[in-house]
Amino acid sequence: MAAIEIEELTKDYPVGFWQTKKRRALDHLTLRVETGEVLGLLGPNGAGKTTTLKLLTGLIFPTAGTARILGRPLSDVSMHRRIGYLPEQPYFYDYLTAPELLDYFARFFGMNAAERRERVDRFLKKVGLDGARKIQLRKYSKGMLQRAGLAQAILHDPEVVILDEPMSGLDPVGRREVREIILELKRAGRTILFSTHILSDAEMICDRVAVVVDGKLRGAGSPAEMVSVKAHGMEILFEPGDGKPLPEGLAGKTTQIGTRRRIEVTEAELYAALEQLKSSGASVLSVTQIKPTLEDYFLSLVGADRSASHAVEVSEK
Amino acid sequence: MTRLAGVVAVNTFREAVRDRVLYSLLFFALLMIAAAILVGQISIGIETLVIINLGLSAISIIGLLMAVFIGVGLVYKEMDKRTLYALLSKPIRRWEFLVGKFAGLLLTLAVNTALMTVGLAAALFYVKHSFERADATILLAVYFILLKLALITALALLFSCFSTPLLSILFTAGLYVAGLFASDIRTFGHITGSRALDAIAVAFSYLIPNFNNFNVTASAAYGRTIPGKLVLDNTLYAAVYAAVVLVAAAAAFSRRNLK
Repeated sequence: MAAIEIEELTKDYPVGFWQTKKRRALDHLTLRVETGEVLGLLGPNGAGKTTTLKLLTGLIFPTAGTARILGRPLSDVSMHRRIGYLPEQPYFYDYLTAPELLDYFARFFGMNAAERRERVDRFLKKVGLDGARKIQLRKYSKGMLQRAGLAQAILHDPEVVILDEPMSGLDPVGRREVREIILELKRAGRTILFSTHILSDAEMICDRVAVVVDGKLRGAGSPAEMVSVKAHGMEILFEPGDGKPLPEGLAGKTTQIGTRRRIEVTEAELYAALEQLKSSGASVLSVTQIKPTLEDYFLSLVGADRSASHAVEVSEK
Repeated sequence: MTRLAGVVAVNTFREAVRDRVLYSLLFFALLMIAAAILVGQISIGIETLVIINLGLSAISIIGLLMAVFIGVGLVYKEMDKRTLYALLSKPIRRWEFLVGKFAGLLLTLAVNTALMTVGLAAALFYVKHSFERADATILLAVYFILLKLALITALALLFSCFSTPLLSILFTAGLYVAGLFASDIRTFGHITGSRALDAIAVAFSYLIPNFNNFNVTASAAYGRTIPGKLVLDNTLYAAVYAAVVLVAAAAAFSRRNLK
């Protein structure tokens, strides 16, 4: 059964001084997120990811189309008992401390004082904010706010967790911790829909990814399905020897990496290249298949006409 | 009021306290102390009159400033700072949020007004050395001020749902001033001699909140009895008017896109 069903969801925003023109932020999006699945919503900035998540949480209203979460329409606020939401770049009441904030939000779920206290303690520890209990949120860093935001999103043990850029503002350690929390939720059978433009994160934790560009769904599937499994070629890493020099054709393809050299060849050329390296006295360190990554796929969808390199953050592996 | 609106109300009160809103009490206390000391020296025989007039006016003005300046930010600030995003993803309806914000500011105003009333009573006791039964009308005057503040808060909240704080201040203050002259507007309609203008003036004067009936400072100062009917009428008027304004606010806010 699908935990989230989105059908032809469309959102137009009025623009211009008289608000008569319209800008389409989301264009007939149809998508299903199965129960217990982790789905990553990928796309460059302004693609419609946040719009989708805001529509699902009732912060904005669709121009056309429908969506259901756990079989309930979006207008049903009681369904919010079963969902958790982390907004993009979360900001909270800065006069509160994190325990006060979590206690405040826990009250909306009818928890008694003992239960609230227990949950607040448990989730502050889980997101690594236990040591910052007495600090008002106005003094929190962006990463700390992100952690507080994650804690409030999962505090009531929701069945569906919607996270808007959950890794944003976090250092590598924080990102790994958030990944762990998401995987833990998945192990507990929760459904997770999250947006990101950090492809390595999506590759690591998603069962499926959906790519949205310019408000339109451009592709959806498992990260492995979305990229061809066939290798592009082979990469050989070696240390040059003092024997016969490499033939001209091969020498021209090598790249120096410190004391080592790297060479890319096709699968058909592999054995001949290894022979030549052997006769030159080189020590072969590794031979690796070169496969297209999710990043390659993503960039091909975004298109050469868009400056996708600015929008996609891929270097944080 | 629902339980969830109550949760929002308590947090709104906590915000006001932590934003040091109650520091206004300090100003009031200083004013009362200064008045109590000075009044005996400059106004022999009318000390009580001056203290009550000054005290009630200060309670009204401080309350008005708080209702307008905090009221116009009640919803706007939450939208602008995006604190609403996480909140509205919880199982709370938008109208419950609005009622909670309204009740929270009203609670703040009530606590502030109650403490100022204690200050006024203390100043009065200092100059009179005793209380009389007629002084109880001061409490009714304070109650009327609170009713007036409830109306102002509801109006400020309504404007806060769709306008910027600056414009909301102008709208709320404009309606307050117009409301002070509600009966004059009716009279103006009559003296124009034009049936159409008269009808428009009458309709407008009934549409805007009428604040005239809430001012009983003079009665309180002279210890005159305030009729029970006026108490009932004012209570009903404020309750119904505030409820209508809150319904309008909920209607404006319920379909608002939080960009």
